[in-house]
Amino acid sequence: MASKFMENPVIKWVEYRLPIFSFIDHSVGSGYPTPRNLNYWWNFGSLAGVALVIMIASGIVLAMSYTAHVDYAFESVERIMRDVNYGWLIRYIHMNGGSMFFIVVYIHLFRGMYYGSYKAPREIVWIMGVLILLAMMATAFMGYVLPWGQMSFWGATVITNLFSAIPLVGDAIVTWLWGGFSVDNPTLNRFYAFHYLLPFVIFALVFIHLWALHVHRSNNPLGVEAKAPEDSIPFHPYYTMKDLFGMGVFMIIFMGFVFYAPNFFGEPDNYIKANPLVTPPHIVPEWYFLPFYAILRAFTADFFMYWPISWLMSAKLAGVIAMFASILLLLVLPWLDRSKVRSAKFRPIYKQFFWIFFLDCLVLGYIGAKPAEGSFIIIGQLATFYYFFHLIILIPLIGILERPRPIPESISAAVTK
Amino acid sequence: MADTVTAATGESKEDDKSRRDFLIVATSTVGAVGTGLAIWPFIDTMNPAADTLALSSTEIDISPIEVGQSITVVWRGKPVFIRHRSQAEIDESQAVAIADLIDPETDDQRVQKAEWLIMVGVCTHLGCIPLGQKSGEPKGEYGGWFCPCHGSHYDTSGRIRKGPAPLNLVVPGYEFLDDSTVKIG
Ligand code: HEM
Ligand code: FES
Repeated sequence: MASKFMENPVIKWVEYRLPIFSFIDHSVGSGYPTPRNLNYWWNFGSLAGVALVIMIASGIVLAMSYTAHVDYAFESVERIMRDVNYGWLIRYIHMNGGSMFFIVVYIHLFRGMYYGSYKAPREIVWIMGVLILLAMMATAFMGYVLPWGQMSFWGATVITNLFSAIPLVGDAIVTWLWGGFSVDNPTLNRFYAFHYLLPFVIFALVFIHLWALHVHRSNNPLGVEAKAPEDSIPFHPYYTMKDLFGMGVFMIIFMGFVFYAPNFFGEPDNYIKANPLVTPPHIVPEWYFLPFYAILRAFTADFFMYWPISWLMSAKLAGVIAMFASILLLLVLPWLDRSKVRSAKFRPIYKQFFWIFFLDCLVLGYIGAKPAEGSFIIIGQLATFYYFFHLIILIPLIGILERPRPIPESISAAVTK
Repeated sequence: MADTVTAATGESKEDDKSRRDFLIVATSTVGAVGTGLAIWPFIDTMNPAADTLALSSTEIDISPIEVGQSITVVWRGKPVFIRHRSQAEIDESQAVAIADLIDPETDDQRVQKAEWLIMVGVCTHLGCIPLGQKSGEPKGEYGGWFCPCHGSHYDTSGRIRKGPAPLNLVVPGYEFLDDSTVKIG
C-alpha cells in the first residue's frame, strides 16, 4: 500500500489499534498478489458480491413498506408498486436482482468446474460456495412467497409438501414447517423472518469463502499455482479496475431488465392474489430452480433409475432425495475428480464432457419449465440420468483414464512466450 | 485456586484426576441435557398454535346440493370436497376390484352414507387441488378428479388410480348432525 497513506498520523493511530488498513490492503489491495492471467470468467465472484449487496440494500427498503400478513401482503406489494416513492423501482431491482444473482453464481460455479478451482488446496473454498448456493436457494424460495400471489402460494405448497415424502415423520414435519394445516399466515410470517435472516448468514458464509480463498489465493485459467513474483500482479489497481469494469457491464444488463423488461423472469400468475382453493393450471418455480425441479419430477414409478430402489421407497421420496443429492453431490466433487490437473485447457477429454454436462443442465432447465407429459418426461429422465452419470461415473473415470496435455511450468512462462 | 493446589498436594494425583474426570463428565452431561431441553421450545413454537388448532371444526348445510353436484368448503385452510354422488358413481366405485388399487380401500371404508363422499380436496402428491368439482372441469380417466400439477387421476371414490400421488384423497373425521348438516373435524 502507498506508504504515504500509511504514514498519516490518524491512519497510523487506528492501524496500531485495529489493523484494518493492512487487512484491506492484503484482501483487495496492492498487498494481495493475484495471478496475472485471470480472464473475464474471474469477474463473476465479485459480481456475486455486488448482487448480494444490492439484494440486501433493496430488501431492507422494501421491508419498510411490506406487511407480512395474508390479508395485506399482496396489497402491500401493490402499494409498493403504485404509491410508495420509487417503490416500483426498488421492487423491480429486488425481483430481477434475484435472477441476476443466480445467473452470476451459476456462471461462477461452472467456471470453477471448468478450471478445476475446487481441487486441492481449495476444497473448502468450493464447499463454502456450495453452502452459499443452498442458502441462496432457501432465501429466494422464501422471498418468492412474500408477495403472496398465486405462484407464491402454490410454489410454497408444492415445495413444503416434498417433506411429506419422509417416512413416518413426514406429515409432522410439514405441519411444523407450516405452523398450521396448510400454507397460511404463520407460514408467511416465518418465511419473512427467515428471508430477512438468511442473507446475513450468506454474508457470513461469503466471508469464510473469501478467508479460505485468500490463504491459497485465486486459481487461474492455466490451473498452475502462481509461484514466482512475475506470475502475479497486485489486486489493486489491476483487478479492482477490471472488476469495476465488469460491474459496469453487469449493471447495464441488470438495469436493462429492470427498466425495459421487469417481468421477463416473472410469472403473470403471481399478480393474482393467492387463493388456497384454486391451483393455477401450470405451476412452475422460478427459472433458477428449474433443473432441480426437472430432476424431482423425473422420478416416476416407471423411471429406470427408480427400479433398483423401488422396494425401498416411494418414487416421490426418491425424487426428493435425488433433487437434494444433485446439489449435495457437488460438495464431494473435489474427491470425485481424481485428476491432478486443474484446468480443462489441458484435459482434452474432460473439456468435452464438461460442455456436454453444461448442455445437460440447460436441457434439465428446459424440461423443468414444461408440463410433465409425453416426450418431455423421457427427455427429463435421460437428462437426469446423465447428470448423475457425469458426476458419479464420468468424473472419476476421466480423471483416471485421461492423458492430460503437458502443463506449463509457470504462469509467466506460458503467458510471456 | 490456592485451595485446589493445597488440597491437591495432600492427595494422590490419581485421585485428583478421577475427580476431575467425574466433574467434566457430569457438568458436560448436565450442560448437554440442559441445552437439549432449551432447544425444544424453539422447535415446538413453530408448531400450530392453540388458536390455529381451535379452528378445527366446521358445520355445513348439505341440503342444497343436488345429486351429481359437488361443493367445496374450507376446513383448516384446506378445501374439503363434498359430493352428492349419483347411483351410477356409487356402483362404479363399489365394483372396482381391490387388487387394482394403488392404495387399497373399499368404497365402504371411505363413506358413511354412500351418496355423500366427503374428503380433503388436496392431492396426496404435492398438495395441489385436483380438478373435477365443477361440471366443465376434467375429471381424469376414472371419472372422479384430475390433478393437473403432475397428472394424478382419482376415481369416483377419490382413490388414486394413476399418476405420481401415492395415496387416496384423505377422508377427514366428520359426522352427520342430522340429515342436512355435517360437521367436519
Ligand atoms: C440473498 C439475498 C436475497 C434474495 C436472493 C432475495 C430474493 C427475493 C425474491 C425472489 C423475492 C420475490 C420478489 C417478487 O417476486 O416480488 C423477494 C421478496 C422480498 N424480499 Fe428478498 N431477497 C434477498 C434479500 C432480502 C433482504 C436482505 C431483505 C430484507 C431485509 C429482503 C426483503 C424482501 C421483501 C420485503 C420482499 C417482499 C416484497 C416483494 O415481493 O417485492 N430480501 N426476495
Ligand atoms: S400435486 Fe397432484 S399430481 Fe403432483
